[in-house]
Amino acid sequence: MQTHSFKPDLPPPVLSVGVLGWLRANLFSNWFNTLLTFFAIYLIWLIVPPIIQWAFINADWTGTTRADCTSGGACWVFVQQRLGQFMYGFYPTELRWRVDATLWLAIIGAAPLFVPQMPRKALYGLGFLLVYPVLAYWLLHGGLFGLSVVSTSQWGGLLLTLVIAAVGISGALPLGILLALGRRSNMPAIRVICVTFIEFWRGVPLITVLFMSSVMLPLFLPEGMHFDKLMRALLGVILFQSAYIAEVVRGGLQAIPKGQYEAAAAMGLGYWRMMGLVILPQALKLVIPGIVNTFIALFKDTSLVIIIGLFDLLNSIKQATTDPAWLGMATEGYVFAALVFWIFCFGMSRYSMHLERKLDTGHKR
Amino acid sequence: MSEANKQPSAEPMILMQGVHKWYGQFHVLKDINLSVQAGERIVLCGPSGSGKSTAIRCLNRLEEHQQGRIVVDGTELTQDLKHIEAVRREVGMVFQHFNLFPHLTVLQNCTLAPMWVRKMPKRQAEEIAMHFLERVRIPEQAGKYPGQLSGGQQQRVAIARALCMKPKIMLFDEPTSALDPEMVKEVLDTMVSLAEDGMTMLCVTHEMGFARTVANRVIFLDKGEIVEQADPDTFFTNPQNERTQLFLSQILH
Repeated sequence: MQTHSFKPDLPPPVLSVGVLGWLRANLFSNWFNTLLTFFAIYLIWLIVPPIIQWAFINADWTGTTRADCTSGGACWVFVQQRLGQFMYGFYPTELRWRVDATLWLAIIGAAPLFVPQMPRKALYGLGFLLVYPVLAYWLLHGGLFGLSVVSTSQWGGLLLTLVIAAVGISGALPLGILLALGRRSNMPAIRVICVTFIEFWRGVPLITVLFMSSVMLPLFLPEGMHFDKLMRALLGVILFQSAYIAEVVRGGLQAIPKGQYEAAAAMGLGYWRMMGLVILPQALKLVIPGIVNTFIALFKDTSLVIIIGLFDLLNSIKQATTDPAWLGMATEGYVFAALVFWIFCFGMSRYSMHLERKLDTGHKR
Repeated sequence: MSEANKQPSAEPMILMQGVHKWYGQFHVLKDINLSVQAGERIVLCGPSGSGKSTAIRCLNRLEEHQQGRIVVDGTELTQDLKHIEAVRREVGMVFQHFNLFPHLTVLQNCTLAPMWVRKMPKRQAEEIAMHFLERVRIPEQAGKYPGQLSGGQQQRVAIARALCMKPKIMLFDEPTSALDPEMVKEVLDTMVSLAEDGMTMLCVTHEMGFARTVANRVIFLDKGEIVEQADPDTFFTNPQNERTQLFLSQILH
């Protein structure tokens, strides 16, 4: 009998690997790409050094008034002096510890959820989601057990931005999932209701929704019935974003093969267990990029509450720039606003990438 | 193989009486009458589009029949969701494309239904799952995800997953058709050992060797009708109907 001897594995050619190989393949592969590379280096040299010069080298970092800004670069004294307002809005200075406590409570409370070995994680997560909002509302708003009331009209700055974003996200996701399931339901009445809801809220701009919620809604409510302005804005954001989430989730549901539904049904799982245990975990994993995309858009859209006179981070900064004592500091203010927004959005983006990698079970169809 | 001479009990395990089904205008099942006793092993075969898959999918209501009666283990399949779920608890199914849940490990695939449908404690469900994974000879894969297994291994997990519900009836819908040729045998071996334990089985398959050695009865369907049914010896050596003869001449080379 003949035996076949296999050829040994050889190393790849030197010029296709390592730093040199990378440079050659990506930057200098032909004369046109070489030209583009040098042009790009020129552009970077043109743009980046002046920005660094302005933001860091010539910047003023310490002081108390604009008179301390003498070096001609960025005047970060402005941001530093007004940081309290940017973070807390008109929240009474002596009560700001309550905002800090709310934040620490969120960080400490949520921390165990990020420990992989934690037992009964789902139960704890559910409990946290139920208990934390109540505690947070009590801390921020007060009114019970000796905490003085801070009305929502005094909330502002990053605090307000985070409240709207967090409530918007945690309200819109479950509602959006239900709407997506309803739109694919076999029951015509439920389907029609969900389609109508989604198409209505997707069809109107968020600005209109916020405007309507603050101007029109009170006209329809009975005399003397008061509905907090922030609550109305939150409701508007939740309903609006849930329509987008619903369509993203529906895309994921459509990508799940029919066999998964059949296998779940064949073993006797009812509708909700089939969805909750088999279909949604796969569908939601597929649409993480789309969901996070919607969340990031939601986070940035919180600035639109300016239209109904709420002072979120951007609006607080805008207002501070009109202070006669700090005229001409708009650039520093907006750069700071952009930086804060970017940090949060980039954080969400990185977390979603981490989540995608973690949930990847190596099953590629 | 030990041929158990069971007395046919009064109640058949599966009863189909005058079952009809249409897909739109297309009449896919025409007056199907079938009675299966406990412990019987039935192989359904026939050309593609003959309705054999549809017929067994009606038995656990993955497809709905529009006329006639289907009674499984004493429960009639109607619109009543309670009846449907009761039947599905007692009927295991294995699919052509395995349909394992890719986001769960092999073990979790096996414990899902016992825990959520049978309300079994996790520990007990895992013991049963490991028992059946050993039975299909892949206990060492319990911690892996389906995407990391070969087709044959996936199908054996699918069989174990169905067995974990301790079903009275097992339905196989072309379980080896999507497998690479060298993996067909490991799945068929598992099915044979299941048959030897006296499981009531209905298999849609083109594996005529399996039909010959395992089946009590072979049923030939064509164009939505049962054309011929007989014990395997008669069926393969002396088919009565010309359609059966043509079919056999095409698949047995």
